[in-house]
Amino acid sequence: MSEEPIIKVQNLRKTYRLGTVDVSALRGVSLEVDAGEFVAVLGPSGSGKSTLFHIIGAMLAPSGGTVRVDGLDLGQLKEAERSQMRKRTVGFVFQRFNLLPTLTAEENIRIAQHIAGKADADEDHFQRIIQFLGIAHRLRHKPFALSGGEQQRIAIARALVNKPPILLADEPTGNLDSENSLAVLDTLKNLNRELNQTVLMITHNPDAAAYCTQRVVRMKDGRIA
Amino acid sequence: MIHRLVLRNLAHRPIRTGLTILALAVEVMMIVMMTGVSEGLLQETLRRTRGVGADILIRPEITGATISGADISDKLPAMLMERYPQISKVMGSTVFTPGNLQTITGVNWEELSAMSGGVAIFDGRTYQEPYEAVIDEVYAQQEQIGVGETVMLMGHEFEVSGIVETGKMSRVFIPLETMADLQGWQGRYSQVYVKLHDPSVALDLIEELRTLLPDHHVVSVEAFLANTATNVRHLSSQFVNVIIAIAVVIGFIVVMLAMYTAILERTKEIGILKAIGASKAYVCSIVLRETVAVSVVGIVLGYGLSVLGQRMVALQYPLIPVLLIPGWMVGAAALTVVGAVCGAMYPALKAAQADPCEILTYE
Repeated sequence: MSEEPIIKVQNLRKTYRLGTVDVSALRGVSLEVDAGEFVAVLGPSGSGKSTLFHIIGAMLAPSGGTVRVDGLDLGQLKEAERSQMRKRTVGFVFQRFNLLPTLTAEENIRIAQHIAGKADADEDHFQRIIQFLGIAHRLRHKPFALSGGEQQRIAIARALVNKPPILLADEPTGNLDSENSLAVLDTLKNLNRELNQTVLMITHNPDAAAYCTQRVVRMKDGRIA
Repeated sequence: MIHRLVLRNLAHRPIRTGLTILALAVEVMMIVMMTGVSEGLLQETLRRTRGVGADILIRPEITGATISGADISDKLPAMLMERYPQISKVMGSTVFTPGNLQTITGVNWEELSAMSGGVAIFDGRTYQEPYEAVIDEVYAQQEQIGVGETVMLMGHEFEVSGIVETGKMSRVFIPLETMADLQGWQGRYSQVYVKLHDPSVALDLIEELRTLLPDHHVVSVEAFLANTATNVRHLSSQFVNVIIAIAVVIGFIVVMLAMYTAILERTKEIGILKAIGASKAYVCSIVLRETVAVSVVGIVLGYGLSVLGQRMVALQYPLIPVLLIPGWMVGAAALTVVGAVCGAMYPALKAAQADPCEILTYE
């Protein structure tokens, strides 16, 4: 008997109410991702891929269907349990990096450890991550003093510092030039290959999806195409 | 780590943080100074009454803490001395309160000196002429008056003949006879002080005097001081409480506005924290820790301003003693923290309720 997929989405629906109008963002999406896979969800703007990202990341409740992430049924979780999941099970990488501007690079990583209650718990892992990402020399800088590529690598370190089983990346190269985009994609690819990190990447860029992922899932109009 | 985030957030907007701290410091200063002035004036009054050195006080039946009038016969002291051998000294005085809370006392200087154990004269001499006055050093400092200069009392010019130590009966003394002439109080006293050979018999004698003088208020000086303190504190507490309430409300509003603005400004940061797993309690605690941090700095600054204020009042208005009361300093700190935390509660809860998905999608 095979292991359960680390991400299992079945007939997922999400409807937003805009004024008096219901807008369907997801119309019955089903998706499975195995542990250690690197999957890209590719689709144009408005295809529903970001909504899927937010639901799998426990930031948004679905309107229907089921979502199981690392064995947890997200539809059954209360808000506090969703917070727990976000700090232990998934790590987020965002298009706009989303670093805290008042903290240094190191503090941006360590705040994730603190929130997870793992402050100083695994210093070796922290050092391994920053060496892996090549950011040791930039730790004392604040985000405004870092390039886009460096900021994104800090964000990846923050996402990984608590050893989440799943890394969710939402357009991780969307704000980067081609050179830095390539570096970030290489980083994600190496994470997947060398550390067996499960990665689910949302992107609208077919080249980015093709460059580093094992499987590309295409979305259009709230459905898997 | 969270402390570092809190400090960085506060340092990120130094002017807003500084103004919030200043507002809380002013709140602390208002509370400490108001209670300090109220208690300082009371304690000074009590100290001067105690400084007379008497054991028993006889006053007309219905009078408050201060009196202005004369309804006791000047025959009373001689009669008491003759009848009660346990009495060592009796002294009558007259009191006029012009309306500025500073009383003018008519007294026989030799009697006052004998009863109080002596009043130190720093400059000049006691009065020897009808229109000479003796003032204490604090009054002299406040009014910038020296020996030989004139002072207007009850519509008449008096020449200052001497400056004496403070803390003995009154700040301004004039001859008993002059007061009687000016006020038409011949043959009468405002109050009579009684000193005993043995103060332990005071209560027994008071009982006897109450029987002898049913139309008079006979009380031990210690009881009089205790009653005065209770009554004055009760009266002043109403005013002081209003000032304290205003100070706390101002602190509450300032903190609420400052924290609300901070929350609006940091919406994205809050969304990021929640996205990476920060719970409602964690976000709430950041806002409340920032509030407590500015409160602590505000309290320390408020203490500093209070000490500065106390010294400035002492220099500019020596007649208004300010007593910094440790209990009220702690109370001011507690009220400031509680008011500030209450003020921060709504912004903190609003921040805790933030939806990370919505924020990160639209910010």
